[in-house]
Amino acid sequence: MKWTSAHQDNARRFAAALKSHGFDFYTGVPCSLLGALLEHIASDRTMPYYPAVREDAAFGLAAGAYMAGRKPAVLIQNSGLGYSLNVLTSLNLIYRIPVLAVVTWRGHGPDAPEHIVMGASCLKLMEDIGVPSAAPDTLPDLESALRQGVHVTNVQKKPFALFIKRGIFGQ
Amino acid sequence: MNSTQAVAHILQKLGDKPAVIATGFICRQAQAAAARPENFYMIGSMGMASSIGLGAALARPKRPVVVVDGDGAVLMNLGHLPMAGSFKPKNFYHIVVDNGRYESTGGQATISKDVKIEAIAKASGYRTAVGVATEAALKSALAKLFKSPGPAMLVVRVKPEKGEAPPRVTDSPEEITRKFSAALQKGK
Repeated sequence: MKWTSAHQDNARRFAAALKSHGFDFYTGVPCSLLGALLEHIASDRTMPYYPAVREDAAFGLAAGAYMAGRKPAVLIQNSGLGYSLNVLTSLNLIYRIPVLAVVTWRGHGPDAPEHIVMGASCLKLMEDIGVPSAAPDTLPDLESALRQGVHVTNVQKKPFALFIKRGIFGQ
Repeated sequence: MNSTQAVAHILQKLGDKPAVIATGFICRQAQAAAARPENFYMIGSMGMASSIGLGAALARPKRPVVVVDGDGAVLMNLGHLPMAGSFKPKNFYHIVVDNGRYESTGGQATISKDVKIEAIAKASGYRTAVGVATEAALKSALAKLFKSPGPAMLVVRVKPEKGEAPPRVTDSPEEITRKFSAALQKGK
């Protein structure tokens, strides 16, 4: 797939924002809506990325990295939230292990059938289990949501779900 | 050899190495054997010990990180083995105490007797992967384990437990995080 120059520009700026906030350990399972961002991370040696076998494993890696003193970000598709629920509810939230989860929002608007249910549920799911989240529309909103996420992770020591809509880093 | 004896030998050999310890009676046995601040006791998220330990090992490559896993837990997330084999952290040591049971839910059998976990680890890219089934073999394997680079797997086959379980983990999860993080970051 080819990412547009708008996607790539957003990716460059968001990656810079992540680094400026101190994120230094990345893992996840890809989504095309993260395309340009994942491509940028893969090319940046200061953003070590570990491809996880499944989304719950990504949260596990991030938890270990956090306790070892790193600042982790997990990059996944919202379909992976289902696999990750047990880790969020019986590890992150009770052990107070924060993580920034950059989660694409498939099923927001018309989409393939496998995304419809999770697309309609994912925000409420996070709310139900007590994980703060944001779903920004534009890059400036995204940078502001990131600052909110940094506050939640640093101060409340909770996970934060930053939902990425289609069109920001990929289609 | 039962799991209490195996866990006691393992904890004794750990010294001050940080260890992520799987859910269930293994945690309780580890706390009873050696209640170290370097123990990360998993009270939930079964199956996640191996990825948590792996993440810690990747983030702190100069210090050994140990996972003390169970057969039920490791079988739950076999995909973590190829991650260790692919990322190849030299400081990652993965011990599996295999009693063939889900002990803390009533002793129901796992399928571990039909599975060669150490063979899966070797095929996944672990540098070494061995299995032991006697106390003497365990002591000998533990004496060697940390002298070579990982990722290394040691499967310890034990008999199911009889008698009372030791007490539940006493620290709160937040306390466990605080102590384990301090242990992992000591000397940073």
